[in-house]
Amino acid sequence: MILVYLLLTLLAGAFLAWISGNLSQVLPRVISLIALIADLIFISSYLLQSVASSGKWLIDIQYNWIPQLGIGIHFALDGLSLVMLLLTLFLGIISVLISWKEINSKVGFFHFNLLLILAGIVGVFLSLDLFLFYFFWELMLVPMYFLIGIWGHENRTKAAYKFFLYTQASGLLMFISILALYFVHGNSTGIYTFNYTQLLGTQMPATTGILIMSGFLAAFLVKLPVVPLHNWLPDAHSEAPTAGSLILAALLLKTGAYGLLRFIVPLFPNASASFAPIGMGLGVIGILYGAKLAFAQTDLKRLIAYTSVSHMGFVILGIFSFNELAYQGVVMQMIAHGISTGALFIMAGQLTERIHTRDINKMGGLWEKAPFMGAIGLIFSMASLGLPGLGNFIAELLILLGAFKANVLMSVLACLGLIGATLYSLRILQKVFYGKKNTDWDMNDLTFREKTVSISLVLIIVVLGLFPQPVFDLAKPALLKTLDDHKGKIMLKGDPAKDESQLKNSLFVYK
Amino acid sequence: MTNIDLMSLTPFLILAIAPIIIMMVISIFRNYEVVFGFSILSVVAAIASIIFILPVIPHSITPLFIIDRYSLFFLGIILVSALFVLFLSYDYLKQLEGIREEYYIILFTATLGAALLAVANHFILFFLGIETLTLSLYILIAFEKSKDSSIEAGIKYLVLASVSSAFLLFGMGLIYLTFGSMQFSAIEYSIIHLKQLPLLFIFGLGMMLVGIGFKLALVPFHMWTPDVYQGAPAPVSSYIVTVSKGAVMAVFIRFFFNIKGFDNSSIFIVISGIAILSMFVGNLLAIQQKNIKRLLAYSSIANMGYLIIILLTGSDKGIQSSVFYLITYFITTIGAFGVISLLSTQEQEAEMLEDYKGLFWKRPWMAGVLTLCLLSLAGIPITAGFIAKFYLILEGMKAGLYILIFSMIINSVIGLYYYLRVITGMFSIANSNILPPVSILGKLTLFVITAGILVLGVYPGWLIGFIVKYIIL
Repeated sequence: MILVYLLLTLLAGAFLAWISGNLSQVLPRVISLIALIADLIFISSYLLQSVASSGKWLIDIQYNWIPQLGIGIHFALDGLSLVMLLLTLFLGIISVLISWKEINSKVGFFHFNLLLILAGIVGVFLSLDLFLFYFFWELMLVPMYFLIGIWGHENRTKAAYKFFLYTQASGLLMFISILALYFVHGNSTGIYTFNYTQLLGTQMPATTGILIMSGFLAAFLVKLPVVPLHNWLPDAHSEAPTAGSLILAALLLKTGAYGLLRFIVPLFPNASASFAPIGMGLGVIGILYGAKLAFAQTDLKRLIAYTSVSHMGFVILGIFSFNELAYQGVVMQMIAHGISTGALFIMAGQLTERIHTRDINKMGGLWEKAPFMGAIGLIFSMASLGLPGLGNFIAELLILLGAFKANVLMSVLACLGLIGATLYSLRILQKVFYGKKNTDWDMNDLTFREKTVSISLVLIIVVLGLFPQPVFDLAKPALLKTLDDHKGKIMLKGDPAKDESQLKNSLFVYK
Repeated sequence: MTNIDLMSLTPFLILAIAPIIIMMVISIFRNYEVVFGFSILSVVAAIASIIFILPVIPHSITPLFIIDRYSLFFLGIILVSALFVLFLSYDYLKQLEGIREEYYIILFTATLGAALLAVANHFILFFLGIETLTLSLYILIAFEKSKDSSIEAGIKYLVLASVSSAFLLFGMGLIYLTFGSMQFSAIEYSIIHLKQLPLLFIFGLGMMLVGIGFKLALVPFHMWTPDVYQGAPAPVSSYIVTVSKGAVMAVFIRFFFNIKGFDNSSIFIVISGIAILSMFVGNLLAIQQKNIKRLLAYSSIANMGYLIIILLTGSDKGIQSSVFYLITYFITTIGAFGVISLLSTQEQEAEMLEDYKGLFWKRPWMAGVLTLCLLSLAGIPITAGFIAKFYLILEGMKAGLYILIFSMIINSVIGLYYYLRVITGMFSIANSNILPPVSILGKLTLFVITAGILVLGVYPGWLIGFIVKYIIL
C-alpha cells in the first residue's frame, strides 16, 4: 500500500496546492513541500528497513483495474526504482525551493502542475503493468506542457508545442507496440494481459520482436534523447522556467533511460541484442555531437541542455553494453547527471533572475560580484567534465569500462567525449565567471535559501563521488535480474529456425 | 395490443404526451421555469420507466418495434444525453428575448424521433423516426429568429436533409424491391441463403449510406456540419452531436449487423474509405478554424470516422468498444458545448477562439472544464477519452484492421495539435472579455460532466462491464 500512498500524497498535494493558491502565495509552496518531504520520509524509512532483503521486488502490489481487458494496477519497487524515486523526490523538493522567488504568478496552478509531473514520474518508476506505465508516461506530458507554456521565457509557446508533439507522437508508437505485445502474448498463451511479469519471456519471431521493440525505442529514445530525435530538447530546456528545466533534465530524461533498462532489455532480449551496435553507435554520436553543439552555444541554458545530450549518450552506450559494470555506471550516471546538470540549470536560473539575460557573451567576470555562486558553478562544471572525486567520474568511468568489454571501438570513440566535456565545461566558467567584465551588472550573491539548495547538491555529488558503494549495493539485485532476463532468454533460443516456424503460426492470427 | 406491449412503450408515450401537455399549458399560462421543470421531470420519468421494462425483454411489438437489451441501452444513452442538453439549455434560453417555451416542445418531439430509432426493426419505423427527428431539428436550429446565422443554418439543414432523406427512402425502396420485406430480421433471413448479394441490393444500400452518412456527418456528406453547428444555438449543436447521431448510430449498427455488411468486400471497402476520409478531412480542416463551434464540428466528423471503423470488426466486442467510445464522446461534447452555451449571451455568442484567450485566469473553472473536455477528445490520460480511444484501438487491432487503426493513430496526433491550440489560448496571458454570470444549475451540470470524464478515465471497469452485459447483437 505504501506505493499507492506515495502517489496519492502527491496527487492530493497537487489539488490542495491549486485550491490554496486562491488564498495566498505561500500556501501552495508549503503544501507542495510538505507532500514531497512526507513522501521522501515515507520511502527512506522503508529504505532503512529493507535494504537487507535480497528478493527481487522489495514491494509488489496488484489490484484489478479493468479486468475485462487484462489491465491491472501493478506497482512494484526494487533497488533500481527505489534509487530513482529518491532522486525524484529529492529534486522535487529542490524544484519547489528554487521556484520560491522566481514564480510569482498563478502560484497555485504552478505547484499543481509540478506535483502532477512528479506523480507521473513516480508512477513511471513504479508501474509494472504496461498499460499503467503508459498511463503515467502520458500523464507527465500535459502538466509539463503547461509548465513550459505558461511560465516559460519568450519563445515558450513554440517550445511547449514541440515538446508535446515529439513526446506524444513517439508515445503513441510505444502504445501500438504495447498492444502488439499484448496480442502476441495473448495469441501464443491465451492469456491477454498487460502485466509485465507475465509478459516477460514472451516468445516471438525475430522480425516481430524488432518491430515491437522499435515502438518502445521510439518513445524512450525521444525522451532520452538520442541524437536524431533530440530536436525538442534544447528549446524545451531553454524556454522552461528553472524548475521546469531542472525536472526535464534531471528526471524526465531519466524516464527514458529507465524504460530502456526496465522494458527493452528484458522484454526483447534478442531484438535488443541485435540493436546493440546501432544503439552504442547512437550513444557515441550523441556524446560527440552533443559536446560539439554545447561548445557552440551562446545561450547558457541551451548550452547546458546540449551537455545533457552528450551525457545521455553515455547512458545509452552503457545500456547496450549488457554487462553489470556498465549498468552500475548507468545508474550512477542517471543520479549524477540529475544532480550536476540540475545544479547547473539552477545556477543559470539564478543568473537569469539577477541579470535578465542568458547570453554568455554579455556575462563575464561575475566571480567578483558573486563568489559563492562562482564556486558552486566551478564545482558543477568540474562534475560535468568528470573530475575524479565527484559522482560523474565514477559513472562515466564505469560505463566506459563496461563498454570496453562489449565493443572496444565504441568505447575508445566515447572517450573523446571527455575532452569535449572539458572544453564546454571550462567554457562556461571562462565566459561567465572569469575573464573581463563585458557589462557591469548590479547583482547580489546567493541568498540563504539558494545557498542551502546549492550546498545540499554539492554534498550529494561529493558523497556519490567518494562513497558510491551504497548505490551499487542497492541497485545490484535489480540490475543482475535485468541482465539475467536478457541473457537467459538468448541462451534459451535453441534451434532458431524451428522455433520461428512454430511461432509464426500462432502470431497475429486472431479470429 | 397487450398490457406488456403497452408497458414496453411507456418511455415513448411519455415523450409523446409531455409536449402535448406543455403545448396546452403554455396556451393558457406561460412560465419558463414551470415548463422547464416539467420537461426535466418527464425525461427523468422516461428514463426511470426503462427500468420497469427490463424484466419483459426481449420483446417485439408488431414487426416495427424491437425492445431488447441493445435498444434499451441506446434508449438510455439518448434520454440521458437529452436530459443534459435540457439542463444546459436553461441558462441559454433564459436570456433570450421573446418566446422560448416552444423550444422544449420541439426538443421532446426530436427526442421521440431519436428514441424510435433505437427500437426500430423495420424501414418504416426507421424512416418515421429519422423524419420526426430531422423535422424537429430544422426548427431547433433556426430557433434564434433574431440571428441571421441561425436562420441560414436552419435552411441549409432543411435543404440538405431533405435531399438525404430522399436518398435514404429510395435506397429502402430498392432493398424492398429486392427482398420484398422491410423488416431487418426478414432481410437478414433472405441474405443468409444467398451466395452473392444482388446488385440492386448493394445499390440500395449505397443510397441508404448517403442518407445515413449525412446524418452522421461523414465525409463526403459532411458539408453542412460546420455551418449548422456554428449557426445553431450551442445547446442545439450539442443535441445534434449526441442525441441525433447516437440514435442514427444505434439503428445503423443494428441494420449493418443484420445484413452482415462487414462480410461483403465492396461494402467493406466503401466504409473503410469513408472512415479514412472522415478522419483526415475532419482533422485537417479543424486545424485552420478560428471558431470553436466549427472546430468541434470538424472534430465530430473525425470522431464519427473513428467510430465507423469498428462496424467493420463485425463482432460484439467491437461494438461494445464503440459504444463506450460513443458514451465518452457524448459526455465530452456536451461538456464542451455546455461551456460554450453557458458563456454565451444574447449579444455575444462565445464562439471565436479569440474570445477564449486568457479565459483560465478569469474563469478558472469554466476554462478548466473545457480543457478537460478537449484533453479527453485528444485522448490524454486520466480522462475518459484516453480509455475510450485505447479500447477502440485494442478491438480494432484484434480484428486485424491495421491500416484503419494506423490512420486513426496518425489522426490522433493531428487532432492533438488543434485541441492544444485552444488550450494554449485559454492559458495565455490576455484579457478574456466573456464573463456572463453562470447559474448554479449550469455549474452543477458541468460538475457532473467533469466528474464523469474523470471517473471514466480512472475507473472505467464498471461501465465496460455494463456495456459487455447489454450490448449484444
